[in-house]
Amino acid sequence: MEALQAGRQIKPFHLALAEHGLRLDRQQTTTLQVNLGLRCNQACRHCHLDAGPHRPELMDAATIDQVVTYAGRSHFKTIDITGGAPELHPELANIISRLAPLASQVILRSNLSALNDGSREFLYDTLTRYQVVITASFPSLNESQAESQRGPGIFRQSVEAINRLNALGYGRVDSGLTLNLVANPAGAFLPASQAQTEKRFRQVLHQKWGITFNNLFTFANVPLGRFRHWLIGSGNYDRYMDMIAANFNACAVAGLMCRTLVSVSWDGYLYDCDFNLALDLPLVRGKTHVSQMDGPPEPGSLIAVRSGFT
Amino acid sequence: MDSYYKPQDLAKFEEIGKEAPDLAKKFFEYYQAVFAEGELTEREKSLIALAVAHTIQCPYCIDAYTQACLGKGSNLAEMTEAVHVATAIRGGASLIHGIQMRNVAEKLSL
Repeated sequence: MEALQAGRQIKPFHLALAEHGLRLDRQQTTTLQVNLGLRCNQACRHCHLDAGPHRPELMDAATIDQVVTYAGRSHFKTIDITGGAPELHPELANIISRLAPLASQVILRSNLSALNDGSREFLYDTLTRYQVVITASFPSLNESQAESQRGPGIFRQSVEAINRLNALGYGRVDSGLTLNLVANPAGAFLPASQAQTEKRFRQVLHQKWGITFNNLFTFANVPLGRFRHWLIGSGNYDRYMDMIAANFNACAVAGLMCRTLVSVSWDGYLYDCDFNLALDLPLVRGKTHVSQMDGPPEPGSLIAVRSGFT
Repeated sequence: MDSYYKPQDLAKFEEIGKEAPDLAKKFFEYYQAVFAEGELTEREKSLIALAVAHTIQCPYCIDAYTQACLGKGSNLAEMTEAVHVATAIRGGASLIHGIQMRNVAEKLSL
């Protein structure tokens, strides 16, 4: 039935929250997301950060020290390393080795092609030694659909990278090495059911390439950055905004990542999430550098929300 | 009326219940039940619907189930194959009637 129901009037996100009597505030912040920079070997068309080969932004040595010090005094459960392509940061192995002892787990968000381009073999040793969880982009089982989003040649490179990770034990039972996949839509539509997608990917990837993985997450594309430009240029923006507003799910608010995560940008400033980082929408307390924070943001503090539907 | 088919009418589908709400309620409940996950996945059902939409040549259904197929995780190659299945059945339905033509012709011919 949902296919035959079109959009409704757009209601700004903060009003949708108010209408449902919801307050978007923090619980205990358990995850520090570290954005090492906007440089990426890919220029994916859905990227909300506009990351790509043309971006020079990378976290410098002083900021790395400040982030490590902050993590040391904040006792995060999880450190979630992202970018850009974090593999393109020349200090990634060193950063992992400094952060890993400070948290129960480290996650590396990988586009797979940067990890397996042949010039960073040393990273595999670091990843397995610290049992870094790899959360990898794998949007579609279809080559042309995946490459329409991520660029030519990326599908095959991604399959080869996962084969390599599987050979190292990633995604294999009882190896202690976790490989998660992330599938996001290749266009102006919402993701499919996570459970059904995981089931299908598990079956097809194993059947075609012998690939195994631990979990699959489906993410919706957020209308910011390059994806927003594409939506506008392709005439899909209004329809997409109608669709995401119409699919507002009050029950999902309690589990939003921003309630338990704080994101630090490549230049050391803190944001409630990666999307607020893309918007340069700082914490409600004001623009705050990691060196100014004594610990994680206080439970109960409000999450910054723009007046639009993001 | 400049066109019989307007994309924005798709959003008005539920208005069909205004004059006959009980029937519409039954239809929409049935419709939702049909497309819910069962022995077939929602994705598979959307592919079937897309093929049927091409068979009945309903532009609303083609629009809706193209979107639904993408949203349920199908890709353009799978969707194109589904349309070919519909095309094969439609073409086959014509062709099998050629046997009827042959039967009549053979009866009448020396």
